[in-house]
Amino acid sequence: MQTEKFYYDNKIVRDFAIATIVWGFIGMTVGLVIAMQLYQPAMNMGNQYTTFGRIRPLHTNAVIFAFVGNAIFMGVYYSLQRLLKTRMFSDVLSRIHFWGWQFIIISAVITLPLGLTTSHEYAELEWPIDIAITVVWVVFGLNMFGTIFKRREKHLYVAIWFYIATFVTVAVLHIVNSIELPISAWKSYYVYAGVQDALVQWWYGHNAVAFFLTTPYLGMMYYFLPKMAGRPIYSYKLSILHFWALIFIYIWAGPHHLLYTPLPGWAQSLGVAFSVMLIAPSWGGMINGLLTLRGAWDKVRDDVTLKFMVVGITAYGMATFEGPMLALKQVNGFAHFTDWIIAHVHVGALGWNGFLTFAILYWLIPKIYKTELYSKKLATTHFWIGTLGILFYVIPMYWAAITQSLMLKEFTPEGILKYPNFLETTLRILPMHIMRSIGGSLYLIGVILMAYNLTKTMLAGKLVANEAAEAPAMANLLPNEDRGHWHRILERKPIQLLVLSLIVILIGTFVELMPTLTISSNIPTISSVKPYTPLELQGRDLYIREGCSNCHSQTIRPFRSETERYGEYSKAGEFVYDHPFLWGSKRTGPDLARIGGKYGDSWHFNHLLDPRSISPGSIMPDYHWLYTQNLDTTTTQSKINAMRKLGVPYAPGYEHIAQKELVDQETRITENLASDHIQINKNKEIVALIAYLQRLGTDIKANKSLSKK
Amino acid sequence: MSILFFLIGCSVLMGLVFLLAFLWAHKTGQNEDLHTPGMRILLDDEIKVDPPE
Repeated sequence: MQTEKFYYDNKIVRDFAIATIVWGFIGMTVGLVIAMQLYQPAMNMGNQYTTFGRIRPLHTNAVIFAFVGNAIFMGVYYSLQRLLKTRMFSDVLSRIHFWGWQFIIISAVITLPLGLTTSHEYAELEWPIDIAITVVWVVFGLNMFGTIFKRREKHLYVAIWFYIATFVTVAVLHIVNSIELPISAWKSYYVYAGVQDALVQWWYGHNAVAFFLTTPYLGMMYYFLPKMAGRPIYSYKLSILHFWALIFIYIWAGPHHLLYTPLPGWAQSLGVAFSVMLIAPSWGGMINGLLTLRGAWDKVRDDVTLKFMVVGITAYGMATFEGPMLALKQVNGFAHFTDWIIAHVHVGALGWNGFLTFAILYWLIPKIYKTELYSKKLATTHFWIGTLGILFYVIPMYWAAITQSLMLKEFTPEGILKYPNFLETTLRILPMHIMRSIGGSLYLIGVILMAYNLTKTMLAGKLVANEAAEAPAMANLLPNEDRGHWHRILERKPIQLLVLSLIVILIGTFVELMPTLTISSNIPTISSVKPYTPLELQGRDLYIREGCSNCHSQTIRPFRSETERYGEYSKAGEFVYDHPFLWGSKRTGPDLARIGGKYGDSWHFNHLLDPRSISPGSIMPDYHWLYTQNLDTTTTQSKINAMRKLGVPYAPGYEHIAQKELVDQETRITENLASDHIQINKNKEIVALIAYLQRLGTDIKANKSLSKK
Repeated sequence: MSILFFLIGCSVLMGLVFLLAFLWAHKTGQNEDLHTPGMRILLDDEIKVDPPE
């Protein structure tokens, strides 16, 4: 048979590998810093650019999209070429993809500390970057489908199916969760509000875990694990089965992030049911991975890459068992908003994503440099220190979660909260947080060892930038054109197939979207819930800028322990003007849904300036820059206009008097502060933030007092 | 809660796309042999050719 000679592009693989290591180190270092901020407020470093609220998104974005993202592309570019027996479709697209992705990451590193954020978790980047992500993602897709198109191997190995599902789904998720109305170059409002916005976000958030952290890694597992072990996957049939099952089920599980919130009950139950089902396809993957090593466990003793693989896949199994359990309403009522969730995601991130990435790096770098790993001993040290790091990270976090949740839910025999002060529960778990940062440090030290080891390896070898290979041309493998089916032609052209699929999706999207944008929503509105005043709106945007929602939730669940502590449980109708929703997902501090009117203006003034003067031991950063920076009111009019466009019922012409109303409210607050002997210029940012905080949850309180009269 | 219908629509459409992909895979014989593909990926014969400079 006639064979063709061609060359695999190893340079692009190497570039993504280096980016993986560099961003991994940066992302994890930021993670360590924010972990320390949670018991040592001085680690916020006294300036706005490094406070927890601003750099926690930097940590999550860096780890997910920079570390894991680059690792995905490294794995895909290496395995896709070899699985399809061809070079990548276009070297130019490969380079654009690589540099475009790094550019996006750098823009995130710049904008997030500046407080330019949309507040949607793992989708914090503002709209210009969203567009850039879309473009680069399309470039990646073109390159991948182009490669599939010119392949020399007819069969698409299961890994490729995982890559395709990743590409398609992430594209849809990203677009749906990025529909924003820009009001300036770096500020936009989400089109959806309140409960609806929350659902879109967690539909995205959950599936980002599914299709960015899971499916591409399963694809990589199916390629690299057999290669490392030197034996085929345990069951190819199982891999096909669990692939299709996984992608069909995952999409529906998102609402489990919103249990006991005002989301309609049936949607919550739907999310729970699918989450429980997910355990089957997830464990299908784990079992398939682990059983691949049946009869070869002796290899694990000697081969460090297999060690990483085994722990990584086991972590995947644990996290995907824990996920469905956490999705059960009773468990969720206890665990949600606590460190349990942080522990859960880190079993996945440190164990599954981290260890698989390390395994692939240790295996792949020596291969493309045609040399041996510099030090196997050092890699083994990395393995053990990393494994210990994971344990030291997650066990204290489980402990902290159980401790805090039990305390928050405990009542005295007289029926009052045993720990009415939230801070008391925070202080109790600080030792666990210290231990967690020790675990994180160990893990980070492991990564540094790896970086050294791999650098030495690269220096010892020489990159085979273009690796020679040969394979018969695809045409020889294809059956004769005997079946004249109309879509036979289409099937040969994956790009056309993809474009058609996307058109179908887009048509469907618009058909579905149009009614939602034109007919009134069926959320029960509450007549006393009014749009924010201009000053409150500005204050709300400061709340978003400072990332307050990273530590404070704004939704009270219908539990007695919460209604006693925070007040009336949250209703869907309270959030109809919230673009975006700010429910948060973690209570490092207390819920703020009904903070309005609970304390005086001067309390907030002093508390934000020096939290520990009001609440000794508090771990909240101070926000002294809010007292010196002037509120940017040039945006007031465009913000009112944008909100009106999104359906907030500001009266016609209100944008013209908005600025005056804003100043009036500032005056009232500063006068109120003056009566408590606090002098502050009324155009400072803190005044707007106080206005917003004092508004939170008061609409319903007002309603109650009215009905009593 | 109109967004629910939008998201369900999106999810169903994605499901349909995957279903079509599955049917395509099945009809074109991607699933006919569920044994050798697992083996074949192990057979990367390295060949000795000078890379183009």
